[in-house]
Amino acid sequence: MTAAQAHSAAELRTAEPAGPPWHGFGRLLQAEWTKIRSVQSTVWSLLAFVVVAVGFSTLIATVISHDWNAPGNHPNHAELLADPTAVIFGAGLGLGQLAICVLGVIVITSEYSSGTIRASLLAVPKRIPMLAAKALVFAAIDLVASAVAVFAVFFISTAILRSHVSITLSQPGVTRAVIGAVVYLTVLGLFALAIGGLIRHTAGAIAIVIATVIVVPPLVGLIPGTIANHVHGYLPTVAGQLVAQTSQQPGDVTSGWQGFGVFCAWTAVLLAACGWLLVRRDA
Amino acid sequence: MLGRVNRPGNTGAVGRGTARGQTPGLIEAHELTKRFGDKVAVDHLSFTVEPGRVTGFLGPNGAGKSTTMRLICGLDRPDAGTAAIGGLAYHQLARPLATVGALLEARSAHPGRGARNHLLFLAQTQGFPARRADEVIDLVGLRDAARKRVGGFSLGMTQRLGIAAAMLGDPRVLLLDEPGNGLDPEGIRWVRTFMRQLAAEGRTVLVSSHLMSEMSVTADHLIVIGRGKLIADASTQEFIQRSSERSVLVRTPDPARLRKLITAEGGTVASEDSADGVASLAVTGIAAPRIGELAASASVVLHELTPRVASLEEAFMELTADSVEFGDASAGAGGANRGAR
Repeated sequence: MTAAQAHSAAELRTAEPAGPPWHGFGRLLQAEWTKIRSVQSTVWSLLAFVVVAVGFSTLIATVISHDWNAPGNHPNHAELLADPTAVIFGAGLGLGQLAICVLGVIVITSEYSSGTIRASLLAVPKRIPMLAAKALVFAAIDLVASAVAVFAVFFISTAILRSHVSITLSQPGVTRAVIGAVVYLTVLGLFALAIGGLIRHTAGAIAIVIATVIVVPPLVGLIPGTIANHVHGYLPTVAGQLVAQTSQQPGDVTSGWQGFGVFCAWTAVLLAACGWLLVRRDA
Repeated sequence: MLGRVNRPGNTGAVGRGTARGQTPGLIEAHELTKRFGDKVAVDHLSFTVEPGRVTGFLGPNGAGKSTTMRLICGLDRPDAGTAAIGGLAYHQLARPLATVGALLEARSAHPGRGARNHLLFLAQTQGFPARRADEVIDLVGLRDAARKRVGGFSLGMTQRLGIAAAMLGDPRVLLLDEPGNGLDPEGIRWVRTFMRQLAAEGRTVLVSSHLMSEMSVTADHLIVIGRGKLIADASTQEFIQRSSERSVLVRTPDPARLRKLITAEGGTVASEDSADGVASLAVTGIAAPRIGELAASASVVLHELTPRVASLEEAFMELTADSVEFGDASAGAGGANRGAR
């Protein structure tokens, strides 16, 4: 080795970038935030979610209000009085949640389809911290968007229905149900993200999530018997949505928070499986 | 254009990203093995890559070059064997991008994301300041496209973005998988100069290619693999010399006497053609100066005496053809070259 080479090698050693040891989870949160905000599909999905949820709920509330005195409408009134949030949230959030499912999936599958996952894992080779940061950042965004949508849906719908029925946050179970809807949608995003991370292909993962959320529950519900009834009650989103009801309904297998716990458990298991496979599979 | 890059973050700690007692920047592969189904992509591959020079990683398509690089970077898990950088496995590196810069596949950025944001998030994972993203964008000449979405990039621009990402942490080790892909001649020359400069700065540069001609002007050292196995590990010069028999073209009007002189010295002579009483001979086994001396001592007239060196391309074809045709016979050639190191 020549003197010049020795000099440059020494220079490299002393000039090695240092800083604090690599334990900064905050950096990963910052990086995941940059990833999410710098892709337009994220913004559009969130916008679609809020617009669909608010728009559809407003439509339903307007129709209910308009037809209030139409003959044969009394069963609807009874349902509205018994469980006002289930009716208010049912249509708008039921549809809007699909946007959350899609977003949760593409937040992770787009890394695979675009090849970004290689850059991400070269930067964070321990992998699990990357997944944890991604899940946390997405959950936070999902929480904010869900809160905006849910409160908008609630206040707009109750305002439209005010002349016929008074629904306020101070009534028993209503605040719990509103907050329940927000946290349900937040965990739903993580549920979709976990399945996206397991399947790693956008179309396949979206198909599975949508099937789990809206196709499987009614089919299982068709099966007669108590066992089928319990299976139905413990399906992820069936259990998870109970927390957005004002009061417990006769057919419910669990209470609202219990059901939400079941949904969280499903999500936690799927996220754990996602992380377990992430460190074991070739990227 | 290739000015020295500012180093990100603080400076001062010595040897971070290197295990105690290990050479910083040394890449070591030990018995690396990777199977995909029943196909063995990398087969008990061992080699080291030294800092301070450009090491060409050669092999025909499908030889296992990319897989080996992915194994070194921890993107794929080896079925057996280890890979280390400065004595550490990739996932043990404190801040990997500050030690290793890798350009593995051109497509590693989201098409809907701007080039700068791609580099920004990578910088953030390592705690590098945001200005590093701008610095490497300037380094690769992408300033005008920094805010544009990667989806609209040409292959050459994507490749430059990949090189920018690799340079983000000003790493001492660079792994570049076919960096010239998609670049125009000017871009290829730029990459070549760039790699040579990085090596001159004392960095480790491992660059894969299936183009021998490119490596002959870029690489100081060559690691050649075929079917996942090591075929040769030698300096570029040595590789050409040892891989292909050299011959000397001799033109003389007196071939019979010259032939006798050469065969007496242990050389072999093949007639190529003769015209106007002057014969062209291809002589092997004796160097050109000695042939000249022999001819002079016997007063044989020579019209031409030209050493013919095989091109790297020919040497490579010969070696890999061996490995394909005879399988294990290639181990002999590889062994000979390894012995010569």
